[in-house]
Amino acid sequence: MAFTTAARTGGPVPAPAPPSSRLPRSRTPYLLLLPGLVWLGLFFAVPVATLFSTSLQTRVPGGEIGEYTQTFRFANYLDTIGEYHVQFVRSFLYAGLATVLALLIAYPLAYYIAQRAGRWRNILLVLVVAPFYASFILRTIAWRQILGEEGPIVPVLRFLHLIPAGATVTASAVAVVAGLTYNFLPFMTLPLYASLERIDPRFIEAGGDLYANPFTTFRRVTLPLSMPGVVAGTLLTFIPAAGDYINATLLGRQPKTTMIGNVVESRFLRVVDYPTAATLSFLLMAAILVLVFGYVRRAGTEELV
Amino acid sequence: MTVGAGPRLARGEHGLQRAGDSPVRRVSLWQRLRRRALAVYAFLALAYLFTPIAYLTVFSFNDSGKSNIVWKGFTLDNWKNPCGAPDVCTALGNSLKIGVISTTVATVLGTMIAFALARHRFRGRTATNLLIFVPMATPEVVLGASLLTLFLNFRVPLGMGTIIVAHVMFCISFVVVAVKARIASLDPALEQAAMDLYATEVQTFRRVTLPLVAPGIAAAALLSLSLSFDDFIITFFNSGNVNTFPKFVYVSALRGIPAQAYVIGVAMFYLALLIVLVAEVLRHRRERALH
Amino acid sequence: MAGALLSDHPTGDLRLDRLVKRFGAFVAVDDVSLTVPKGSFFALLGPSGCGKTTTLRMIAGLEEPTAGSIHLGTLDITSAKPYRRPVNTVFQNYALFPHLDVFENVAFGLRRRRISRVREQVMAALDLVEMTHLARRRPAQLSGGQQQRIALARALVNQPRVLLLDEPLGALDLKLRRQMQLELKRIQVEVGITFVHVTHDQEEAMTMADTVAVMNQGRIEQFGPPTELYGAPRTTFVANFLGQSNLVPGRRVSGGGSHLIPVDCNGQTVLLPDDRCMTSADQVLVGVRPEKVHLLPAGMNPPTGHNRLVGGRVADASFTGVSTQYLVAMPWGQDLTVFAQNVGRGGPVPVGAAVTLGWEPEHTFGLEGETGTPAGRDARVTARMR
Repeated sequence: MAFTTAARTGGPVPAPAPPSSRLPRSRTPYLLLLPGLVWLGLFFAVPVATLFSTSLQTRVPGGEIGEYTQTFRFANYLDTIGEYHVQFVRSFLYAGLATVLALLIAYPLAYYIAQRAGRWRNILLVLVVAPFYASFILRTIAWRQILGEEGPIVPVLRFLHLIPAGATVTASAVAVVAGLTYNFLPFMTLPLYASLERIDPRFIEAGGDLYANPFTTFRRVTLPLSMPGVVAGTLLTFIPAAGDYINATLLGRQPKTTMIGNVVESRFLRVVDYPTAATLSFLLMAAILVLVFGYVRRAGTEELV
Repeated sequence: MTVGAGPRLARGEHGLQRAGDSPVRRVSLWQRLRRRALAVYAFLALAYLFTPIAYLTVFSFNDSGKSNIVWKGFTLDNWKNPCGAPDVCTALGNSLKIGVISTTVATVLGTMIAFALARHRFRGRTATNLLIFVPMATPEVVLGASLLTLFLNFRVPLGMGTIIVAHVMFCISFVVVAVKARIASLDPALEQAAMDLYATEVQTFRRVTLPLVAPGIAAAALLSLSLSFDDFIITFFNSGNVNTFPKFVYVSALRGIPAQAYVIGVAMFYLALLIVLVAEVLRHRRERALH
Repeated sequence: MAGALLSDHPTGDLRLDRLVKRFGAFVAVDDVSLTVPKGSFFALLGPSGCGKTTTLRMIAGLEEPTAGSIHLGTLDITSAKPYRRPVNTVFQNYALFPHLDVFENVAFGLRRRRISRVREQVMAALDLVEMTHLARRRPAQLSGGQQQRIALARALVNQPRVLLLDEPLGALDLKLRRQMQLELKRIQVEVGITFVHVTHDQEEAMTMADTVAVMNQGRIEQFGPPTELYGAPRTTFVANFLGQSNLVPGRRVSGGGSHLIPVDCNGQTVLLPDDRCMTSADQVLVGVRPEKVHLLPAGMNPPTGHNRLVGGRVADASFTGVSTQYLVAMPWGQDLTVFAQNVGRGGPVPVGAAVTLGWEPEHTFGLEGETGTPAGRDARVTARMR
């Protein structure tokens, strides 16, 4: 397309961009796509459709536990929202808080590694990713132990009278948010690092030269240039955090810190109330997709995939 | 030519003046301060990341007996016999088996999709991209629940097979993204050069394209392996009676986790760290040998 | 040499016949016909985007022509796959395979064709470019100049009928570029393979090539030996792109000698050899190269029979060492350029001095008028900036 405009204006024409490395229209792409897309279709798209179908079912009158029939009862959604809106709001609130906290922790860390760490850069990067290799559940349990009654933190806090005698750190909303923040920190740090690393340090220096004030430089130069990393990082943190129930289970106290994931899990696996679980899952997925696409559009980075 | 030199010279003078100004020195002092503050902050963040690892490491040496919560004394027994606790190594074996199989399948399927997306024009591109992106933007609990709904509806018995199916499904997207990025960064001139040097399309792919994309595929496989190995939520929904390592830890958390589980978790971490650090040192050495 | 250019020898000449390449609505190569004689060093010269690289890629088989044909001797290679034609390319940024060492890079083509005695041939090719000692290095460990040589060896080792060079020296610094120009020329003479060299650098083209074709907006403006192109440009584009030119608009008047056409330039008459006049119209652009023009103090006349333009005033003088470049403001508002050799006779002419310009009629050329003098000049500036 660039060619057309250049030809019309007549002036010296820019070099034809590296001519298309022959993109043939053939059957090859379909053969390449087929197995993977069939897999995703069968085990992602079809299940989601099944989930939607299940969400409209109702209990068979007089049937056994776990026996449901399709009645296309869209009112299931209203019932579910009426019953679980608190957990919904709480999930998004916890996930939002954890995302903001993770961003605050990860940004300076990623900035330091990308721009200041010099030859230690790769080593530090490895150290950021490494904890990810010790099981997610184990790490969360470690936090429960560290912050728990027998752990080293609570006695110190009690001794310093920072918390009242009977109070605990775990089994609280604070612990759940802290756990979410911790567990998804690498997901925040890596994309941030990737975009900060790409910034030529001379831009930041030039910013310093033009604005002098480091804060203005950050706001006007560094932050906008690292926006793709911020968008990717917040999404990669927010999405799993909003659906998580491990942290709420291990670090929180039911029902005060129950998140939507806990409800889905218990409705599905314990209560065998499939329609409610399906309704909740579908609502969660829809809400997150709406948020994600809205966010991506606003942030202007469409190139996520 | 003489006219052109004028403004450039003026700009140069301007720059010189600025460099000698005092505000510049003040900024550099501030920067030095900020640099140190940043280093301290980064160190604290890393310490935070490593706190649970340190805890797990210490308590992997705990002579705890059944429930590993209170420190009862140092022992090497857990490390000498990590399979000592019942079921822990069965779960680990299952996890490794699931990880290797689903990584292999996901890497092959994902790489194929990545090549199709990066190298071909076809109808349904947007739909394909959507089908790759949406699973990544879907919380695990939804993926797990929807798959279970499917399996229940079609009365598929839950077990190893259903776990692998699920793991392949959520790993494919990540493989596609990683491999596609690598292909996109390839210089098309390299493949053209191969064709120019008498390599047919197939030979070009085998001798040039594939070796150059290989690091991206390897990275994708590694990512996929760690995602699969560490997955709990989707697995928990679709595993039936099969135990995996994360599931074992979660389930036994209620009764008390054996210290052997700590050993295995921590060993995974140190192994990964060791491999990467050795690779890094070797790379450094090779680089230094060259210059 | 120029005579052989459009001849139709079926021997081993590379022949492009009415070649066209369109990208959508944009015509990158517009009806190009050329014959490159076997064994010659041919340069395709032009500003960026003029279609020269696209032409080269069509010869290599990396781009399919929209229309027209390409022959190598009697062989029609128009739509042959790149790996089926006896043509090799030195790519713009060398495109060395980063995962193979120097030896394997050079051996790549031989191995694909299952040719025996790979080792001997590779070493011979590396010897030709003086790189045998680096055979086991990876491309990333080589300097730009070394990579350039390896790329050359990798192509030459296959003994192609035609070697294509796509701005091969563009990434090198000036000094290295000069050195490699001479080296390329030496190698070409040594191996006797047809070289087709694409460049935007007019000096490079003139230094190395037997024949230069100047391209502009997808068309060949003129081709021939460098001296011919420089001495008698046929279009304003060539006059301005290849070196500098003074182009003064004028109008044919009657009279004159047997082969000299008198042209009235703003009231002053200059003579133009009729075999160097490219237009039969009344409007003529009278051209002369700056170094052919003599600067005389006002009132002094050049030798009888020489062309002369009076009423100039030195507007600017810049001393460049071997010569001084003067900008002379003419009474009709045009600035003409004069290069005066520093031969040591007489001092520099001061700015503001009134001067007369003189030159021999044989150095004058006539171009089609009114096309606007700056054509080509801008293009050259953009080409240099690349």
